[in-house]
Amino acid sequence: MKIQPDAAQFPLAFKTVVLAGFKAAKPEVLLNAALMLALLAVPLWAWFADEPFLITLTTRAVIFAIAGVGLNFALGFGGLVSLGHAAFFGLGGYVMGVLAYHAQTYTALLDWPFVIEGSRSMLVIWLVAILLSALLALGIGALSLRTSGVYFIMITLAFAQMLYYFAISWPAYGGEDGLSIYVRNSFPGLNTMAPIQFFAICFVLLILVLLLVKFLARSAFGLALGAARQNEERVQAVGQMPYRLYLIAFMISGSITGLAGALFADLNRFVSPTMFSWQTSGEIMVFVILGGVGRVFGPVAGAALFILLEHSLGGLSDYWHVYLGAILLGVVLFARGGLYGMLTGREAAHD
Amino acid sequence: MTEPVLDIRNVSKSFGALVASEGINLDVRPGEIHALIGPNGAGKSTLIKQIAGGLQPDSGSVVFDGQDVTALTTAARARLGMGRTFQISSLAMDYSVLQNVVLGALGRRGTVFRFFRPVMRDRELLAQARAALVEVGLEEMQNMRTSELSHGQRRQLEVAVALTLAPKIFLMDEPMAGLGMEGSRRLMGFLDTLRQRAPILLVEHDMDAVFQLADRISVLVYGSIIATGTVEEIRANPQVRAAYLGEEEARS
Repeated sequence: MKIQPDAAQFPLAFKTVVLAGFKAAKPEVLLNAALMLALLAVPLWAWFADEPFLITLTTRAVIFAIAGVGLNFALGFGGLVSLGHAAFFGLGGYVMGVLAYHAQTYTALLDWPFVIEGSRSMLVIWLVAILLSALLALGIGALSLRTSGVYFIMITLAFAQMLYYFAISWPAYGGEDGLSIYVRNSFPGLNTMAPIQFFAICFVLLILVLLLVKFLARSAFGLALGAARQNEERVQAVGQMPYRLYLIAFMISGSITGLAGALFADLNRFVSPTMFSWQTSGEIMVFVILGGVGRVFGPVAGAALFILLEHSLGGLSDYWHVYLGAILLGVVLFARGGLYGMLTGREAAHD
Repeated sequence: MTEPVLDIRNVSKSFGALVASEGINLDVRPGEIHALIGPNGAGKSTLIKQIAGGLQPDSGSVVFDGQDVTALTTAARARLGMGRTFQISSLAMDYSVLQNVVLGALGRRGTVFRFFRPVMRDRELLAQARAALVEVGLEEMQNMRTSELSHGQRRQLEVAVALTLAPKIFLMDEPMAGLGMEGSRRLMGFLDTLRQRAPILLVEHDMDAVFQLADRISVLVYGSIIATGTVEEIRANPQVRAAYLGEEEARS
């Protein structure tokens, strides 16, 4: 087609281009945008309508989404079915709890051989939570990645349960009762006690984490990791060790979920061993499965849906988990790709 | 005599009472196609696994490019320059054709630990990957999902991935299987020129192909090599005729 240098045609051409661009945008991209806008719109509306509870509820969804994005990186991209991600979620929570507790009581965390003080700064807490979670994932991964399939599921579960019972039986930090922190930790320039400001922090972190996973998925590492998930033999034949790929993926995955744990503790200003429990691991996995395993934004949809169900069904009955179970069964049986699979079809083979 | 690229020395392997490899000696020299033939169950695949990694010999050693690789992993051997194609296509089925060859090109580069640059925009990798696809004639299919390829196209893709590795030796486990007349003919023409780049250890069932292509042939029967030699020597060898070729000729 010849392009006419005619001024009158320009708006038309422009319109065509924009329309074509809109049509070319994959349904997945549109769904991502709609999802993020909804997550932003609800608390903003709640802020104007003075409904702080709704803001807190959305913040909860956002934090769960971050935890899910973490698990999804191991589960969806690396094929590592970890039923022990509560270990990282709980560790993140306890990092916040322990650091803030020592800052709150003006006691040092460690006096000898060097002094470690507590901290009330979210930035410090996040950094420690991320690093320690990565370290824990290195330890758990190094052992459990020697197995696969059901054994991997069981070993990750066992590690998380170990930490759960450890937290219960450690009286210094509340034991079974958990640990309360009176004031939310600080972030430079913001009043974190204002629900909408704390929401903003979590929302920005969610975007950053999603970007990170998006980049990772498209990188050389992501290509090799995805190939290992599909066919280990192939990856070995091109000279790579699946074990190393998995281990690094597991560390990245664990540290993202650890960050979510620190945020969750700050949201509630409370940590308890429940964060380490296998129910928590299961819930994180539910976010991933509901949303769509291996889809970057899948856990966001899953966590939002989970909170929506918890809120709406929870009002109907204390046993709302029965309904959740039924929905989960439906998803697993009839919509294997979760919400994303249902609404946008199978993922394209190629970007 | 030039130094062999691959030298298998007295390799033995048994599974319980079953002896899969018995004192096998075999070498592959630069520029040659060395074919390994033998009836079903002779232990060809077991031997290939011991060469490429994944299966440890009970005794003996595998020397590749002057280095004893017997204790190395499959991945380490691949990094040293073993380019393998599988008897049953072994590819990342959910990936596009191009992604599979880019994975190979990444393998040649040696490190996959790059976390942020989009790999499918890496010009160097793409150039290597596309060149390999052109060589096997799959350039039209590059954006197709690998699981949608035909059996023959998957075999071609296997070869393309091996090419991107620029290996020092090709280990090909029945590359012709299921290709059909036309496909086999084209692949044979291609392998014929490929030996200039790197020698090929070719496990193959198709006798015509083997006799046309191979510089040397080794015959494996019940885990041991009963003869190694040129095409003429093998054709004339009475032991081989009895153990293997006799059946073929009787059938045709």
